[in-house]
Formats: sequence, C-alpha cells, structure tokens
Amino acid sequence: MKAAVIVFPGSNREHDVARALTASMGSPPRLVWHGEAELGAADLIVLPGGFAYGDYLRAGAIAARSPVMREVAARAARGVPVLGICNGFQVLTEAGLLPGALLPNATLKFSCKFVHLRVETGQSLFTAGYAAGQVIRVPIAHHDGNYFADADTLNRIEDKGHVAFRYCGEDGALTPSSNPNGSARSIAGVFNATKTVLGLMPHPENAIDPLAGGTDGKPFFDGLIKALS
Amino acid sequence: MKAKVHITLKRGVLDPQGKAVAHSLASLGFAGVNEVRQGKFIEIELAETDPAKARTKLDEMCRRLLANTVIEDYAIELA
Amino acid sequence: MTASVKASPAASIAPETATAHGLTADEYTRILSILGRPPSITELGIFSVMWSEHCSYKSSKKWLKTLPTKAPWVICGPGENAGVIDIGDGLAAIFKIESHNHPSFIEPFQGAATGVGGILRDVFTMGARPIANLNALRFGSPQNPRTRHLVAGVVAGIGFYGNCVGVPTVGGECNFHPAYDGNCLVNAMTVGLAPVNRIFYSSAAGIGNPVVYVGAKTGRDGIHGATMASAEFDEASEAKRPTVQVGDPFTEKLLIEACLELMATDAIVAIQDMGAAGLTSSSVEMAGKGGLGLELELDRVPLRETGMTPYEIMLSESQERMLMVLRPEREAQARAIFDKYELDFAVVGRLIEGGRLVVKQDSTVAADMPIQPMVLQSPEYDRPWTASPTRPPVDSAQLPLIETADALETLMGCPDLASKRWIWEQYDHLVRGETVQTPGGDAAVVRIPGTKKALALVTDCTPRYCLADPATGGAQAVVETWRNLTAVGARPLAITDNLNFGNPERPEIMGQLVGCIAGMRQACLALDYPVVSGNVSLYNETQGKAILPTPVIGGVGLIDDLAAAMSLAFKAEGESIILLGETRGWLGASLYLREVCGREDGAPPPIDLAAERRNGDAVRAMIVERLISACHDVSDGGTLVAIAEMALAGGFGADIAVPEGVEPHAWLFGEDQARYLVSCREPAPILKRARDAGVAAAVIGRIGGDSLTVSSSRPISLKALRARHEGWFPSFMTAS
Repeated sequence: MKAAVIVFPGSNREHDVARALTASMGSPPRLVWHGEAELGAADLIVLPGGFAYGDYLRAGAIAARSPVMREVAARAARGVPVLGICNGFQVLTEAGLLPGALLPNATLKFSCKFVHLRVETGQSLFTAGYAAGQVIRVPIAHHDGNYFADADTLNRIEDKGHVAFRYCGEDGALTPSSNPNGSARSIAGVFNATKTVLGLMPHPENAIDPLAGGTDGKPFFDGLIKALS
Repeated sequence: MKAKVHITLKRGVLDPQGKAVAHSLASLGFAGVNEVRQGKFIEIELAETDPAKARTKLDEMCRRLLANTVIEDYAIELA
Repeated sequence: MTASVKASPAASIAPETATAHGLTADEYTRILSILGRPPSITELGIFSVMWSEHCSYKSSKKWLKTLPTKAPWVICGPGENAGVIDIGDGLAAIFKIESHNHPSFIEPFQGAATGVGGILRDVFTMGARPIANLNALRFGSPQNPRTRHLVAGVVAGIGFYGNCVGVPTVGGECNFHPAYDGNCLVNAMTVGLAPVNRIFYSSAAGIGNPVVYVGAKTGRDGIHGATMASAEFDEASEAKRPTVQVGDPFTEKLLIEACLELMATDAIVAIQDMGAAGLTSSSVEMAGKGGLGLELELDRVPLRETGMTPYEIMLSESQERMLMVLRPEREAQARAIFDKYELDFAVVGRLIEGGRLVVKQDSTVAADMPIQPMVLQSPEYDRPWTASPTRPPVDSAQLPLIETADALETLMGCPDLASKRWIWEQYDHLVRGETVQTPGGDAAVVRIPGTKKALALVTDCTPRYCLADPATGGAQAVVETWRNLTAVGARPLAITDNLNFGNPERPEIMGQLVGCIAGMRQACLALDYPVVSGNVSLYNETQGKAILPTPVIGGVGLIDDLAAAMSLAFKAEGESIILLGETRGWLGASLYLREVCGREDGAPPPIDLAAERRNGDAVRAMIVERLISACHDVSDGGTLVAIAEMALAGGFGADIAVPEGVEPHAWLFGEDQARYLVSCREPAPILKRARDAGVAAAVIGRIGGDSLTVSSSRPISLKALRARHEGWFPSFMTAS
C-alpha cells in the first residue's frame, strides 16, 4: 500500500508519523511537500502535527486553504482515507472535512503530557486495532485542542457514532480533571460521516516505542494498515 | 480603499482569553467590568474603489479565510 | 578604496556620542588611531557593538583563556558558533548555551523566545540538526509581584518558539532568589547532531565569492541589543522596550530546513548566523577569520521598513537571518532551495582583497574600516578584583531541632525544590519521538536516531554556593552536571558555560568571576571534561544590586547502550537503598539552612574532585553492569530530599534508618558532595564493589509502603508529599 504524508511549511511531526507508518507498513510513506505538483497515488493521506504556516490567523487556517488541500478534499470525497493528527486535525476542521473547530485550550497554555483516551468504537479503519471502551495512554502536545461544535452538531456526531476517542481517566471515566483542554464532551477525535476521515489531537505516533512513550499507539497504526491492506 | 475587519468569537463560544483579561482587569482594581470578549482586528488595503463591490469581496474573504464561521462572527468597516 | 566615507558628518561626532555608544574615552582614542580619522556614525556603531562586552568578552577574556578546552573527542572548542564533539559512528554533537537575560527582563515573552531562536541558529549554522533544547532560568523572589509576570512570559515565550520549530525542550532548571528581582536570567541551550565530515565553519575564503543574505527581512528591531546586554539596568531601561526583537519561529523552522538542505550540497564556503549585532558581527567574523575584506551593498539587503540608514541596517538585530559565502557556480542551486521555502535570498556583497569592511548605500560609502585591527585591537581588560571573604562553616549542633517530617515537607514544597511540571508541560518535550527520559529526572536522555545510543543532557548551577565561595561554587556547578549525567548512566564528555555575573567594574564582582572560573577549571581538569563553547553575561545588576554569581553549566554525556540507561524512580518494593559517598552533614549554605532555619550563611560544602571522579566512575560501572535499579545524585536538600524524589517518581515509599551517633538533621539534609543514592535487590555485591573502589557505602533503608518513615519521626505520606511538591508552582502562578 502507499501512504502520503503532506508536509506544510511549519509541519514538525511528519517524521514521527512517517516512522510509525514505516514500522507498521514495512516501507516508508512518501513525504509530499505542499508545493509539489502531484500528490501521486495514495491509499492513505496523512496531515501531520506541527504549526503549518505558523498557525497564524488561526491554527490550521492557512494550510486548509492551500492548493494541496483541494486535492486532499477531492480524494477524501472519493473515499480515500485521510488522517489528521493534531495540527492535521485543525487543518481538517478548517477545511470543512470534519465537523467542529479547535479553540485555544481552556488553560490558555500549551500542554505536553500523557493522557488517557477511551476508544469509542473499534468499528472503523482507524480504530480497528482497538476494542470499544479500551483505555490507551498517549501524549498530547498542543495549544489549540479545545474541541468545539454547537449542541446540534455534537448530538449528531454522538448519535451517529462519529466520536473516535475521548479524554478519560486511567479507569475510562470521563471527568473534568481528565479533560486536558476543555474539549466539548471530552472529545479527542472525530470521524467524518463515512468514517473515512479521522482527526485527533493526541499523538499515537509518539507512543510506538517501549523506550520512548510506550506502545499504546502501535495498534492504531497496525490496525489501520491491516484494514487498508 | 481601506477596510477594517473585526473578528469576534460567537456568542456562546467560551472565550478563555477574554475571561483571563477580565480577571486581570479586576485584579488591577478596575471595578465594574462585566464581560470581556477578545477578538482580532485586520486592516486591508484594497485596489477596489466601489464600496459595494469592496464589501462583497470582503464578505467573501471573511467567509473563506479571515473568520472561521463555526466559531467566529465578523464585521466589516470601510474607511 | 578611492571613495571617501560619507561625512555623517564625521567631525560632528562628539565624545558624548561615543559615550552614548558605551565606548570609553580610551576606546574612542583607539578607534581614532585605527582609522586615522574620526569615524562616521555607521563606523562608530560598528565599533561599539564589536567592542561591546557581549561581542568582545573584554572583561572576561583573560580568565576564559585559562579554561581547559581540549580532549581527544573535541572537534571544535570555543570560538566558533558552537562547540563540537565526536560521539562515534561518524557523528558529532554540536551544542552551546547562551543568555538572553536583559531582553527577557524587559519583554519576557519575546526576549525568551528570541533567545531560543538565537541559540538554535548557532547550532544549525554549523550543519547540525537541532535535537534538543534546555533552559536554565532564574527569577526574583516569588513574593515580588513582578516575578509571576516574568515566569509566565518567559515560559510561554520559550514554549512558543521551541514548540513551533519542532525541537523538543527536554530539560533545564528554575530557581528563585531576591537577588534576581531586578535581573532575571534566561539561559537557553541547544544540542544538535551532524556528520563529523559535514561541519560548517564561519571562516570566509575566495576573493570575489558572493556574500549571501538569507532568511527574514531586516527591520529596526533590537538596534543596540548587544550594547544593551552590556550595560546595567536603570529606571530608564523600561523605555528601551522598542529595541527588543520579535521572533518568528515559523520562519526559523523554514530557515533550518532550507539551510540543512543546502548543507547537503557543497555550495557553502562559510556561514554565520546574524545574532547579536546582526549584519555587523556576522560579516566581520566571517571576513576576519578568513583574513579577507568584505564589501556590502546595503541597497540589496531585504528590508521590512523604509528609510533605513546604513547605521540601522548594520546594527539591526532582526531575527531569523543568516549570512553565507557561496561558491559562485552554486548560487542558482542555493537560490532555488530558499525559493522553495519562500525565504529571502539576496547577494548583498562579495569578498574583496585588502582586509577592509566596506559598506555602501546608494553608491555612497558609509563605512570603510580595517577588519583585523578592529578584531585584534579590541579592548581586553585586566580588571581589578578582590577575593570574596571566606565564610566560616556552620556548626550544625547550634541549629534548632526541627521535626524531620516538617522539614522535609517544607523543603519539597519550597520554590527551588518544588516540581517544575507547570513549566515543562508547556514545552513540547516529545516531538521527534526520541525523548527517552523526560524532564524531572537527573538528566534528559535523547536517543540518537536509528541507534541504541543516546545523549544525556543537563544544566546546573548552585548560585548560593558561588556567592559563599566562588571557587567552590564554580567547581560544584561543573561536578553537579557530571554527577547528573553519571546518574543516568552516561559518560560525561564536555560542557558549555553561561557565566552570568554583575558589574565587572566592581572588584568584588570581578572577584566572583575570577573565583568561579578558577573552580570550574580545576573541576574540568580533574574530570577530563572540557569547555567547548559558552557565553558571558555581565552587568546583571540594577541600581547597584548584583545577581548571585551564576555560572550555569550545560553538560553533555553519551550513553552507549540505552538498555542500560538509568532513572531515579524506585522500581520495586523490598529493595535496599544504598548511600554511596561520604556524609559529614554539611549544612553551611544549604537549602535546609535557608528554607527551614531562615539563614543563608556559612561556607558551602567542600569539593573533593578525586572523590567525585572515584565515586562517579564506580556508580557508572554499576549502572552499565546493571547491578542497580535506580540512581539519583544527592544535591540540593541532601539525602532525604533525594530519597523523597526517588519515592515520588516511582510511587513507592521507604523506611530510612538514621545511623547511630550522627546529628539526624545534618545527616538527612546536609549537602555533602560526591554522593549518590542507588537501589538494588541484592546489596552485598554493591557494597563489595564500593569497598574495592574505595567508595564509602552503606545500606540506609528499604523501599516499601506508601509513606516515608525516618527513624522516630512521624511517617510522611507520599500523597501529602506529592501534594506539596506538585502544588507549589501552580498555586504560585494562579495567585493574584
């Protein structure tokens, strides 16, 4: 299979996610500079973490309007899976490929720490490596990760099972103290209507190594690659 | 012509920065500050000279880039 | 040159103008003799920044020269943008620490942010991919209302810059003392990796080669930043705010990628970042080192503002800019790379014969001055100094008896020992995915990509020791980094130093500088631990009140096999706790004395360099041979604080037995040096090993339970201790 990681000016976790994909695929993904004319064949498109265009104006706003995103949107419309992590999630909401928006953290501070996530469904390409209700430990590293959508939208995505991950305690309970950024209904990751696009703030790609960050993120990539192969 | 665009968070969207500013103002002794909402202010120089056309163009700029209408409102002022 | 320097008008430069540029009457006379005429205003500006304390090291040079800088693994010592050491497998570690104290005090967010940007450029200028940042911070009293504002701004600024460029901030330190009320310290360190055969230097070569400007545009930012960093603060400094530079980490990130991409080709002859004194120091350094002249055409410099004079362009400290000399045939290739990243690329001059710096604007010569005399005749002072008075030791028997549990709780919640989580959670310490040990341990451990090796990184300094006895304090700062690297299983290789002091024109301050350097020298020699780069920040005083002498040491060590890396967390119930090294119960200048007894007097603990080496080498061998399960050096707060830190990190309590015949508080809280705490399942082999090596060793307790129990004192629950330890910083920052 072929994976493409889009690199915007200011992306900074493209190598982290490339390493995770390589470990699961056995071959490296293609890193595609945003200005390259051709995206090329891809069975999976990844928008990595970072600060695309400095996150000036709003996080992800300028990247979402860059020419390469028109192609990404066209591919997503044809059902090509698209994964946005952290800044990639922000870009996907700004591009209208995912519902909602990401506001500055309620703490008003950048936050880098390990959090617990509850996997809301194992029934998707992206969460196939997990069971529903499973609790995993992965890091976050963001300033604008406070998920917002109006009540109708929140109700709709919950009813349709489009919430992928929620912040929780070690025991899976949703409490205010286990919500690191003030996200509505503790939402850490959401799907689009066809569950072929996923955006999440946490970094499973920084939890694939027993020496650095643990291995709770490994099934994310293993499950995804297996589901796509 | 010169345009000023004011972007603010929609009513109902929590504004932690505004809250922090309000808190700080109170701690500095400014009484009677009921609410603070923080936003953005953007100045744009346009070649367009027709106000109606400029406004239409600015409105489109706001919807497509300057504001995220999921969370933000905007107001356009032509000088 | 036939063109004459534009009269600015030269004749009108009054002695006051030279004084306003921070030049003394003698220095101005020397300028007149070098030029053979009065300088133009641009020339005066160039001389003033090149001869400022910041660029010329005029007060410290004589003493810096005494520091050891060589070892078989040192590839490049002080004098380049950063130090370079060989770490094997064809790789070099490139690193440096640098201060941004004055700008951070005036505008904490941008001051700290641009400090990070500047040190990053020093490292990637040499061809290294930055892999880690650290920072050593010192602030005034927590009771000072300004302190909270400075902490919030500095931490947010460091995070803003480091997080955006995608370099993990993995370690550092943060202390508080009223002596920093008027001058906070922000010292930032960057560590990078490069192939040993692709290291880039600043020495220019090749008459006629193009001099190229890349990066961001030039504005009026920070004009006279370098001279500001060389003068004392006064009330009027607040009004200097406009000269603070503004950082753009997004541009820096692009600059890193563009430079590293260009460095993979053979286009670059020489490269230098534009840091303090911007275009002036970068062009003078490159041409000076190469023994050539350099002609600049300022009309070609990318400008952000209109109407900038040659003086302003030459002295601007706009950020995210580099100057390089290229092979002429590679210019197009280089331009294409910078175009890709949408960065400015402009040929602004060329190397010329004759050794002069010629600066033109609108075909008018604004400066035409000989480079070598400016560099070689830069002032060097042997400033008078007086040794700090010797302090008597503190007699621990005379101190009031305080319940051990109360003392420990006070110490673990005091500003200097409280958890700094509030700070480091605002730093992305995980990006790049190589951070094996995160902040909070003895040293950060960052894996070398694709290998089983890692670098261990740390910064340390104990300013209260440096004030009490500069030579002991200087040595202690070096040995503490060495111990911290050892405690994670690394071989300490080299250091970078950031010497922060008050006004060197005062003999007692100069005495602190001289004393600290003497102590550092002894420690570096004894430990084979040379200085490869560094920075000096003087005049850190406000209205005659100096900071504590603060020679911050950044240490770098190598772990050959990550499988044997060590952490300080207790690992299992029932294991024994062993104290290695000799304990006399030294309480002079200790945190116990300051925080519990309210006194700051006394001589600091003496340093026995032979014992440091012996004990550290023994501990490292135990780690490498996997005889122990946890290791922590004993420093601030003494043995019991170290045990508490190990207990909190691991989530296990411990029972500690104070030996017979000692004064409990001196034994528990004394800050004797050269000591480590280790844990293990089977103590006998450790004790034998220690005995054979001549290292004092004793089992002092056992891991278990959920509280710390010390002989007859009341048990201290880990939960309560953690609340104290973690609680101080957040509650300090949210108080209003």
